[in-house]
Amino acid sequence: MSIGHTLLGLLEKGPRHGYDLKKAYDERFGHDRPLHYGQVYTTLSRLLRNGLVEEAGVEAGDGPERKRYAITDAGVTDVEHWLGTPEKPEPYLQNTLYAKVVLALLSGRSADEVLDVQRAAHLKTMRELTKRKAAGDLADQLICDHALFHLEADLRWLELTAARLGQLKTAVTR
Amino acid sequence: MSGDPTTGADGARALLEAVDLHKSFGPTPALDGAGLRVRAGEVVAVMGPSGSGKSTLLHCLAGILTPDRGTVRYRDVELSAMGDGARSELRRTDFGFVFQFGQLVPELSCLENVALPLRLGSVKRKEAESRAREWLERLEVADVADKRPGETSGGQGQRVAVARALVTGPRVVFADEPTGALDSLNGERVMQLLVTAAKETNAAVVLVTHEARVAAYSDREVVVRDGRSREMEPVT
Repeated sequence: MSIGHTLLGLLEKGPRHGYDLKKAYDERFGHDRPLHYGQVYTTLSRLLRNGLVEEAGVEAGDGPERKRYAITDAGVTDVEHWLGTPEKPEPYLQNTLYAKVVLALLSGRSADEVLDVQRAAHLKTMRELTKRKAAGDLADQLICDHALFHLEADLRWLELTAARLGQLKTAVTR
Repeated sequence: MSGDPTTGADGARALLEAVDLHKSFGPTPALDGAGLRVRAGEVVAVMGPSGSGKSTLLHCLAGILTPDRGTVRYRDVELSAMGDGARSELRRTDFGFVFQFGQLVPELSCLENVALPLRLGSVKRKEAESRAREWLERLEVADVADKRPGETSGGQGQRVAVARALVTGPRVVFADEPTGALDSLNGERVMQLLVTAAKETNAAVVLVTHEARVAAYSDREVVVRDGRSREMEPVT
């Protein structure tokens, strides 16, 4: 999952310290794998270097970790581009897709759009596999079937999530 | 203008087109502005959750249901402007249908079932049965020709149904969850045979399905949600 984009998405609600960002990330997306502080600050300095965030004040009596960061216009454009670009269809995408859906809901963007774009990308890959299967030998068929079943599972998750967007929106914007 | 809607120069002209369809059953809206364009020879998957309106859309496209509002045009003729008789005739000559189950006449043999649409179009029995047999062979179920549908397996029965849908040389085949009652292997084979036969005869297929692996046999998909449709752009 792209930590940089996820942090940028979280910053869209307003400027935060690195520590706040880590907490927000861990609460929403880091149940299995919380971020290390090092990752947060390395990522923030990269975002700063690339002009996607800027410093937004330093609190009194602080060390470098008390800096507040704000997303820039270029950062917002970057988040928008990321949300609008489907992930490469492959197994075990749920973390990234979940993060995209939640961030779209948090920022008032269309989560349906995120899901639809991803569905189209998945189906495109499934079509390619289906064609390859039709032309291939049994080994090809079995390999393609394995990938197809995984992609189908993702798509079922996308459908279920689409049906639950209302509930999810209530839960994440509470 | 003499353009044939099936062969527009840019390939973009629709053979069948639904615009802004609204349809309610009592107080419940099933379609709320849905639309769809189908070009000759393309396979379009209509996807969406249960109750989203995808079957209602298919029935409106096929002239089985009349929308409360909106238009369905086939070869530039509006279906709702046709009389019931003309619409029935159109369904028999230009459209083919494959449903999930229950579409074959149980008292007739599989061969007679496939020959039935031709017989209803006044084709002589010998000719109708000869063409029906060819289609059964093409769908790899020639061996069940003399059996009744109840004596065949689910997969065989569905191939017979596909043969019956294609025997008249339809321009559009409407398939509503055609593999819904089949296991994976049989479902795959039915889809392969249906799509191959449709491509060979340049028939368009409107395929309603909630299964992604079935939709993967299409050229593109349309997503229906809450009675509204969205035609997805091909991903580059």
